[in-house]
Amino acid sequence: MMYTDKVMDHFQNPRNVGTIPDADGVGQVGNPVCGDMMTFYIKVKDNRLVDVKFQTFGCGAAIAVSSMVSEMALGKTLEGALQITNMSVAEELGGLPKNKLHCSNLGADALHAAIEDFRAKKEGRAAKPAPGAHEHEEECSCPYCDGPLDEHKGVCKSCQVELAECPHCGQITNARGEKCIHCGAEISPS
Amino acid sequence: MRKAYLDHMAATPLDPRVLEAMQPFFKDIFGNPQSLHSYGQAAVDAVDKARESVGRLLNASPEEVYFTASGSESNNFALKGMALANRERGTHIVVSAIEHQSVLHAVKSLERQGFHSTEVPVDKTGRVDPADVDKALTKETILVSIMTANSEVGTVEPAAEIAKLCRAKKILFHTDAVAAAGNMPLDVKALGVDALSLAADQFYGPKGSAALFVKKGVRVLPLIDGGIQEGGRRAGTENVAGIAGLGKAAEIAGTQMDDRVARMRALRDHLIDGLLGKVEHVVLTGHRTERLPHQASFCIEFIEGESMLLNLDMKGIAASSGSACTSRALKASHVLLAMGLDHALAQGSLVFGLIDTTVREDIDHLLDVFPPIIQRLREMSPLYTKYLQEKR
Repeated sequence: MMYTDKVMDHFQNPRNVGTIPDADGVGQVGNPVCGDMMTFYIKVKDNRLVDVKFQTFGCGAAIAVSSMVSEMALGKTLEGALQITNMSVAEELGGLPKNKLHCSNLGADALHAAIEDFRAKKEGRAAKPAPGAHEHEEECSCPYCDGPLDEHKGVCKSCQVELAECPHCGQITNARGEKCIHCGAEISPS
Repeated sequence: MRKAYLDHMAATPLDPRVLEAMQPFFKDIFGNPQSLHSYGQAAVDAVDKARESVGRLLNASPEEVYFTASGSESNNFALKGMALANRERGTHIVVSAIEHQSVLHAVKSLERQGFHSTEVPVDKTGRVDPADVDKALTKETILVSIMTANSEVGTVEPAAEIAKLCRAKKILFHTDAVAAAGNMPLDVKALGVDALSLAADQFYGPKGSAALFVKKGVRVLPLIDGGIQEGGRRAGTENVAGIAGLGKAAEIAGTQMDDRVARMRALRDHLIDGLLGKVEHVVLTGHRTERLPHQASFCIEFIEGESMLLNLDMKGIAASSGSACTSRALKASHVLLAMGLDHALAQGSLVFGLIDTTVREDIDHLLDVFPPIIQRLREMSPLYTKYLQEKR
């Protein structure tokens, strides 16, 4: 099985699924191009998350990550909840397959976006845009290590390979390589 | 728990008769078919017999059948072998947008050797319009490759019509029949094709055993250079057990074809009508009638393929998906996108392939357990919530 028992448990019995109609903050990240989209709803009382709900469109890992994030965040102070990182979610789940790590990024990002939404409303300003909003499907995962790629295309953060779009087939390949790993076309190093 | 294997496109189980036909060649009949002694001759007999069986399945002569190691190899052999052998006549190749990667990437490889290509589009049912192929043909065109049927959406292409217009212009026509062969009747003479790929593992034969039909007189260069096996067109010691298995699978498919097709089609229609009737916002992908008899594929709105596959697996049902999350590269299927499906819908792709042991109870089991899975995942989906809000 590609997923740990804990991932499968959260996938089969996700905690805190749903919406909060009168939420104090709502955060939405991801888009269906990459296959995952998450919405987090929070209720805040005395600087604490007294209710957290989520909805997720996505794979098994995305659903498990959302559930895990909601469980980790519930009852925490806002500052405490902002300490939840992609890494800590993946760790808590006993690990995720490499090519699914980007799902855990989305989970923490969606929660943080909900907190930002709450704070922005309170301070009467516009919320900062949520990170992790993938624009193009090519940017979803590194073809070398399957790690996540985001809009900062260029170097894979996970395996440090320098990446470029193959001018021939349009897929992401090694910028320093002589040939595209997908179509084999010659790549002139730029 | 009831189990139902509905992932024909990924693999079919070996027919017990095929296994039996293969067994002697792992131990007792171990000779090299190229050897002149009796050990070698026993192996030659097996290879010859298999060649006849495959020829009979396709209405081809045995000497027009070349054994290979996979459907991908057959496609590469056809595309590269025919293009390179006919290069002085021109350098243009025409394929469809929904071909298998082994065709599309073989074309990319040829482009690096000076060839150029045109991809013809498909309509929303996944059908190629022969008129589009005709439009794509130039004075430079030497080869057209359009699949017989697409495994992911089930659509059967008008291969005979396309072959006809190619023949009129003296252009070679290859068809990738890997999904179709053994599962629907194929006749290379009626189709009018110059080359056709098939693979044993798509019709209850072994993995690693496939073939390419090449019409007598058609020039094709070998992909693998070496000895004189396969008439010098495909070197390498023969995979005798695998070839014997392919031969037996072809023989069984040939004798049972009408029954196989009728049974599969009835079960397929039961699945399609059942699911479309039971669940809203489900789209059948591919053509409703011009369709592989054993294939049923859908896009389920508002939810994603992998989460459905995992849930179905827990209920004993094996299927597959063309969603981005189920592919290693996390890219949605090029077939669904070529048909004009939007990304969100393509993520909800689900492909069922029936096998010859599938019974009506398997489909009923699927129709029982699948709708609640869909409902549960939709209740979790922000896209479904958004849809309900907008509907109000």
